[in-house]
Amino acid sequence: MATASPDISAGGVLEMPEGLPVVEFKDVSIGFDQNEVLRDISFSVERGETRIILGPAGCGKSTLLKLANDLIEPDSGEISIFGRKLSGMTEREVYAMRAHVGMVFQESALFDSMTVEDNVAYRLHEERLPDAEAHERVVEVLKFVELEHAIAKFPSELSGGMRRRVSIARAIITKPDLILYDSPTGGLDPITSTTIIELVVKQRDVSHTTSLLITHRLQDAFTLATHRWNTETNKMEKIADGGLDPNTKFLVLNEGKVVFDGTTRELTHSQDPWLKAYLE
Amino acid sequence: MRLVSPEAYAKSVVASVQEYSLLAGRAVGNIFSRPRYIADTFTQMDSIGVGSLPIVVLTGFFTGCVLALQAAVSLKEFGAVGMTGRLVALSMVKELGPVLTGLMVSGRNASGMASELGSMKVSEQIDAMRALGTDPVRKLVTPRIVATVFMLFFLTIISDACGTGGGALIAVFLLRLNGPAFFHTAYMSLLYGDVVEGLVKPIFSGFIIATIGCYYGLTTTGGTRGVGRATTQAVVVSSVLIILCDFLVTQLMIGIFGR
Repeated sequence: MATASPDISAGGVLEMPEGLPVVEFKDVSIGFDQNEVLRDISFSVERGETRIILGPAGCGKSTLLKLANDLIEPDSGEISIFGRKLSGMTEREVYAMRAHVGMVFQESALFDSMTVEDNVAYRLHEERLPDAEAHERVVEVLKFVELEHAIAKFPSELSGGMRRRVSIARAIITKPDLILYDSPTGGLDPITSTTIIELVVKQRDVSHTTSLLITHRLQDAFTLATHRWNTETNKMEKIADGGLDPNTKFLVLNEGKVVFDGTTRELTHSQDPWLKAYLE
Repeated sequence: MRLVSPEAYAKSVVASVQEYSLLAGRAVGNIFSRPRYIADTFTQMDSIGVGSLPIVVLTGFFTGCVLALQAAVSLKEFGAVGMTGRLVALSMVKELGPVLTGLMVSGRNASGMASELGSMKVSEQIDAMRALGTDPVRKLVTPRIVATVFMLFFLTIISDACGTGGGALIAVFLLRLNGPAFFHTAYMSLLYGDVVEGLVKPIFSGFIIATIGCYYGLTTTGGTRGVGRATTQAVVVSSVLIILCDFLVTQLMIGIFGR
């Protein structure tokens, strides 16, 4: 059955028919230098869902995220974002689609010749927003990540955790419909990691943005699944009675293949020997 | 060291040429469509043009000086030392001005572009730019091409003028030649075709410097070591291509103007 093709235009509000997954991978494979990195990957992410991607180092998690943003193209298979197939998009349409996607890179990837303000306001400047309005929005989003005091600093003057928070601010400033977090807590100490996870939970529960998140730290993954953002106290708190966030699901990769796709409860109750060993 | 088969090497060379051609084609095509990064183009013009001015002035000036000295020694044997102005002007405008300016700007800017873009590539800033909805070719490559072609044209004229001025200074103060006669022979020797030849060359050189610098920058792999390798390759390849292109343009101009 043919479905209406959603309108993806830069800057505007995304019009997407109900029921279509925000991200859909169908039998996607990719390899580099004759090494197959991902093999027949299929999964979908519904609107408002936070999908945590787990797996050992080198199993293709970052590659999967880059595929989702069309930064690299698959060798075979089909990827649809906001209900539109990436392979059928023109280059202009791809750039328009990316305006609705926020991405946090593993090493932050901040523009080192620009200040925090210019980094965060990059998209706003590209959209030719007046300087005063752009500044106002930068201050607002920097307050969200609690970094308003660092507005005039350069990335080289920031700590790893601060850079990661600026990267999150840059990704969320245009209120994207999909956020891709590539190991936002990678290489950070446990306290800073918790601060970053708090921001992710806050973004999930306040803005209900669909997101894909890669992490190596199981502790962070389960914090996301078992905690919620309390808008009254403005703090992250454990969901009562051992409850789980219904919109947080897991995808586990190993050796380029999906070994698990499901809810937190299904993951913790899985009898798969490899999964059990991985989670221990 | 890993040995590569001749077939794999040939394939990689062909693939590189194809990749370079696509990049250059896309960058030029972007000039004719929106969005245009005018502010970035002016920033590059300042960095490439104004920034290169000291080395271009000095190179042009001293080349003119050396040319006058060498020419006077040879021309003296034939009793034609009065032709020094002609030789200096023709050599500077047709050949040395465009080529030396191209090589100096290549050494300064092709390396700068390759290292800047290479560093951005290895630190995922290029990917971040794409993820933020900006085409890096449009934002980074096209302004550099426009700025280099535009500024190299004027830098070459400045270099030609400084070279002729340097030659005149040597002719007057060291060789004790007549100043007005020097400039008169220099002016009279230059024909329309000579000036066109001297001004067409920097257009090609500017294009080569910017596209090669950006190509090596955007294809950098292998961390900081890769950035160093890309920088070296950009300077070597652009310098060789400038000289090759100089030969081809000279041949073409001789075909058109007959001198």
